[in-house]
Amino acid sequence: MMEKLFKTLSFMSATLVMVLLASIFISLFNSAKPAIDEFGIGFIKEKEWGKEVPIDNPVSTVVDTTEQKKVEPAPASDDSLEALLGGGNDDTPMKTIYGGFIPIVGTLLSTLIAMAFALPIAMGIAVFLAEIAPKKISNVVGIAIELLAAIPSIIFGMWGLFYFAPLVQELVGGYQVSLLTAGLVLGVMILPFMAAITRDSMKTTPDVLKESAYALGATKFEVIRDIIFPYSKAGIIGSIILALGRALGETMAVAFLIGSVFSLPSALNSPTVSIPVAMANSFGEATGMKTSALFYLAFLLFIISFSVISVAKFYFLRKDK
Amino acid sequence: MKKIALLAPLAALMVTTTSVSAADFKGSGASFPYSVYQEWIGSYHKATGAQIDYISKGSSAGIKDMKARAVDFAGTDAPLSPKELAEAKLYQFPSVVGAITMSYNLPGINLKLSRLAIAEIALGKATYWDDKVIAEANKGVKLPHQKITFVHRADGSGTTFNFTYYLSKISDEWKSKFGVQKELNWPGDHHVGGKGNTGVAAQIKQTPYSVGYVDYSDAKENKLEMATIENKAGEFIAPTLKGFQAAAAKADLEPKNDFFAAIADPNGKGVYPIVAATFVLVPAEAKAMDKKVTAFYDWSYKKGDADASKLGFVPLPEELTKKINAYWVEKGIK
Repeated sequence: MMEKLFKTLSFMSATLVMVLLASIFISLFNSAKPAIDEFGIGFIKEKEWGKEVPIDNPVSTVVDTTEQKKVEPAPASDDSLEALLGGGNDDTPMKTIYGGFIPIVGTLLSTLIAMAFALPIAMGIAVFLAEIAPKKISNVVGIAIELLAAIPSIIFGMWGLFYFAPLVQELVGGYQVSLLTAGLVLGVMILPFMAAITRDSMKTTPDVLKESAYALGATKFEVIRDIIFPYSKAGIIGSIILALGRALGETMAVAFLIGSVFSLPSALNSPTVSIPVAMANSFGEATGMKTSALFYLAFLLFIISFSVISVAKFYFLRKDK
Repeated sequence: MKKIALLAPLAALMVTTTSVSAADFKGSGASFPYSVYQEWIGSYHKATGAQIDYISKGSSAGIKDMKARAVDFAGTDAPLSPKELAEAKLYQFPSVVGAITMSYNLPGINLKLSRLAIAEIALGKATYWDDKVIAEANKGVKLPHQKITFVHRADGSGTTFNFTYYLSKISDEWKSKFGVQKELNWPGDHHVGGKGNTGVAAQIKQTPYSVGYVDYSDAKENKLEMATIENKAGEFIAPTLKGFQAAAAKADLEPKNDFFAAIADPNGKGVYPIVAATFVLVPAEAKAMDKKVTAFYDWSYKKGDADASKLGFVPLPEELTKKINAYWVEKGIK
């Protein structure tokens, strides 16, 4: 009885993951559908976000002008709020273009900076903790690293905005909130994950292997390079995958630090925007096609994270299978 | 059996959470008036014992909640047109007036900004502090030859709505290119977005040679320098409660079109030009509940002056609250 119940329950839990994954994918796609139909795959390389352009389709022009004439005769003084709403001049029918190129680039670049910053440091920490430090120090530093991982992202955002951003500006100039600031703080955020997981997997290296290497006359550096790193490769890659997932989707801290400007960063220290930040900033006030375009971005982020992680998983871990 | 045992604590939890949020009525929406609403709700609770919840989500979210009838009232900085109100079966009235400042970071300089200067900065045309349009209004002041960093809200916001309305009033170029929006891609390449009022205020405070629009209460709280602004009559008016009150007195809000108007840049002497009214929406069909909501706002108009002034908001002039009362009576929600 218990056996069967347990089996069913665990099977249901596993199925739930698949169902959730599929339903998130489907609901994202459905909400993004109007934008996908409107902008197609060109959305990915379109650099404008929210730019109004005249509609050149003559049929809709006729429809739109008649409709507008019906509304107009009210006391349409030039300054009335209604005349100003929505912006642009109302003489020619306009449509709004949305493109995802800038947030996509912003997401990838900020993640790249974070990885470039965090990876070497995390490896250094892990080697130090697993192999070099005396047990007491290793424990204390280990706990500190785990605490760092437990800090909520909003705190990283506030800390970054009030203390780290001025420092970055002092060192490299440019804007306080920028691609670089966001990337570096992201790096700090993913550092503890990578360090902790890498340390744990390094610790699983059998002592017999290490001792044999030392017995053969290997130095500590050689043992780390030739025994420990190859042995804990799967763990290291696992930690990178987890960190990638967090960096790609991080919203709150980045929203405070990236500057939220829809322009391609001309330098590392200029502001730009990432996908999660664009969504967090605009969802509250978005309607119609804009909501749909934001869902399209969400859908793309889903695909980016999914493919980055699957490539990492299948490519790097295939030998272990 | 086992499953039921597992569910029991969950059910208990649900019971406790519902009993916690037993407010008499609840609203959501605009964050701009959130601080003053909180004060009023607190004072009203002390005076009458009524429990009111107001969640600050942003104007559009509040309107969505209201249309879905998920709340008893909603706050919005952007008023709905009479047509939209009729379609969604809502009533609308203003609640309080606030001001938006041009806050800046130029150590040791008392900045004056003309109408043209504000428009040129927002349009990305004035890029250095010693630009002619800025220098004209600041005779005798040595402005630094430094690049201007213009800080704006990154997230959709009623503050941006009211500021772009003001820009549309002072600049034809702005009006034809951008108009009134809650969120937009600002022109030029010298600007940077801040998350929320906190983000904007922090960046102005920390970035030398920056300027941006911040609502008065946040600017005051963060001790930002606030520019003196040229009004329609050509006077330069510092952001003070007196200037806001003079502007609020000119507010052209009329019950016949459900108070659908923005009030920035009024005519008259001594007015501070960048002011904004914020509005309340109530459903047309829930008259009994609406009466509770209007009773709260009526109380706030009468007794909430001190709370509002303390936070840098301006209570509505008496003339206007009389009109609002008449509107309530006409709609049968008083």
